[in-house]
Amino acid sequence: MKVQKNHKIKLKFISKLYVVLFLLFMYVPLFVLIVFSFNESKSRSVWTGFTLTWYNKLLHNREILHSALNTLIIASAASAIATVIGTVSAVGIHFLKRRWKQALMTLASLPIMNPEIVTGVSLMLLFTFLKLKLGFATLIMAHIAFNVPYVIFNVMPKLEQMDRHLCYAAMDLGCNSTGVFFKVILPEIYPGIISGFLMSIAFSLDDFVISYFNSGPTSQTLPLAIFAMTRRKVSPEINALSTIIFVAALIIILVVNGKEINKKKRGGEK
Amino acid sequence: MKKLRILSLPYISWVCMFTIVPLLIVIFFAITTPSGEFTILNISNVGRYFSVIVKSILLASIATFISLIISYPFSYIISRVGGKTGKIAMMIIMLPMWMNFLLRTCAWMTILEKNGLLNKLLVYLNFSPVNIINTKIAVVIGMIYNYLPFMVLPLVSVMKKIEPSVIEAAQDLGSSGFSIFTKIIIPLTTPGVVSGVTMVFVPAVSTFIISRMLGGGGNLLIGDLIDMQFLGNSYNPHLGAAISLVLMVLILLCMSVMNQFECEDMEGKLV
Repeated sequence: MKVQKNHKIKLKFISKLYVVLFLLFMYVPLFVLIVFSFNESKSRSVWTGFTLTWYNKLLHNREILHSALNTLIIASAASAIATVIGTVSAVGIHFLKRRWKQALMTLASLPIMNPEIVTGVSLMLLFTFLKLKLGFATLIMAHIAFNVPYVIFNVMPKLEQMDRHLCYAAMDLGCNSTGVFFKVILPEIYPGIISGFLMSIAFSLDDFVISYFNSGPTSQTLPLAIFAMTRRKVSPEINALSTIIFVAALIIILVVNGKEINKKKRGGEK
Repeated sequence: MKKLRILSLPYISWVCMFTIVPLLIVIFFAITTPSGEFTILNISNVGRYFSVIVKSILLASIATFISLIISYPFSYIISRVGGKTGKIAMMIIMLPMWMNFLLRTCAWMTILEKNGLLNKLLVYLNFSPVNIINTKIAVVIGMIYNYLPFMVLPLVSVMKKIEPSVIEAAQDLGSSGFSIFTKIIIPLTTPGVVSGVTMVFVPAVSTFIISRMLGGGGNLLIGDLIDMQFLGNSYNPHLGAAISLVLMVLILLCMSVMNQFECEDMEGKLV
């Protein structure tokens, strides 16, 4: 018995150690970035003293600020439009016959399964084929194109959970199909719509590959600006930017999860 | 109700416009010359880059395999922790994904550089410095680091569904730790492994920035080739389209092979 107990304690210790090592692997690079954003010299390996210069420089870097604003506009516009298209499409697909439904869902999954670079290249070729000049408009269209499937895949499970008889009941009570859509279906599936929208925003903000092929020379997003920065000799401004993004992500995750945990607590009390 | 089917019509045209037509244009470019005549030269020219394709597949496979090996125990440990701690653990895994992968790759440049932190540490500890940056190893490290969460998330989600009672039952019936692992845990986690492997392999095999930032000029992958044909020095969209086509077919093949695994396993379980 004693041997077994010792064995268990040992196992517990090893698994804890393993988790710590794994998380170190994930986080040490990020902490390196963050620490050197406060470094006085441009060196990326020697600590010379604390400074906030790089943050100051970053906040006066027009290119970065402009591309950050661009990213926000593109991500919110593309996600909003993609959410509308995706939701309407998902409802339409849901009520199709099974064979059609399966075919369309396979098509919808193509942009997700395809390597990003192929999606990016194929959209670029489409825009050149249509003689559209690569720029802000093509960028938004490309973002909508890769966001729509994510919305569909978030909304579809909610539609499947929905009881179809609700729709029949509403119709028996004299509701027309527009009314069914807005008064019955939308309230049932809105959690899926919200998560689809949030997922789209997250992907749009972060996207590099598809933007890279569809942005043209004039319009830049933040990831593209970061790419330009890494190609020149790296300045610690990039570390400062990483730190800001890290803190922002941390806050968002804490707020979202905090809300969820609170919700659960309240649910439990009921 | 049938009226709502009309709502799928805009989507059908949308899918044609932004999914089917672009892929058809890729195929069209791949089989034509700049003057618009039919040719198979582009596709046969892809053969010249056979070594690059092999290297991409090899490095991506190594990265996927290592990711699987190191994520599997980690995911299992995390999946056994329930409640608040488990939630926080998931949050901690998700957090690095919010940083753009360019920044994450940049961090590794800092660490692996010739005079970087790793070598400083090694010298400090009286070891000889290692030369990792601009080698294949650096590319593999970059791939593992960037795509590791894609392996962990599906693994954790299937492992959470394994009831502790199933394992206890096996123990009661005299199963050893090893046979619990091979006969219960592995079969039950196969779907997660399949989706984790695809989610790591697909972006890894088609990456073009990680290889350039960490691998220097000498470790070009398929993605770099495609990029060079469209936006780089050797401008040739027809060849680029042909390489894209090859990449796409390659990945679809891999996926169907992976799905085969999953299906066979399901059959095994039913019998």
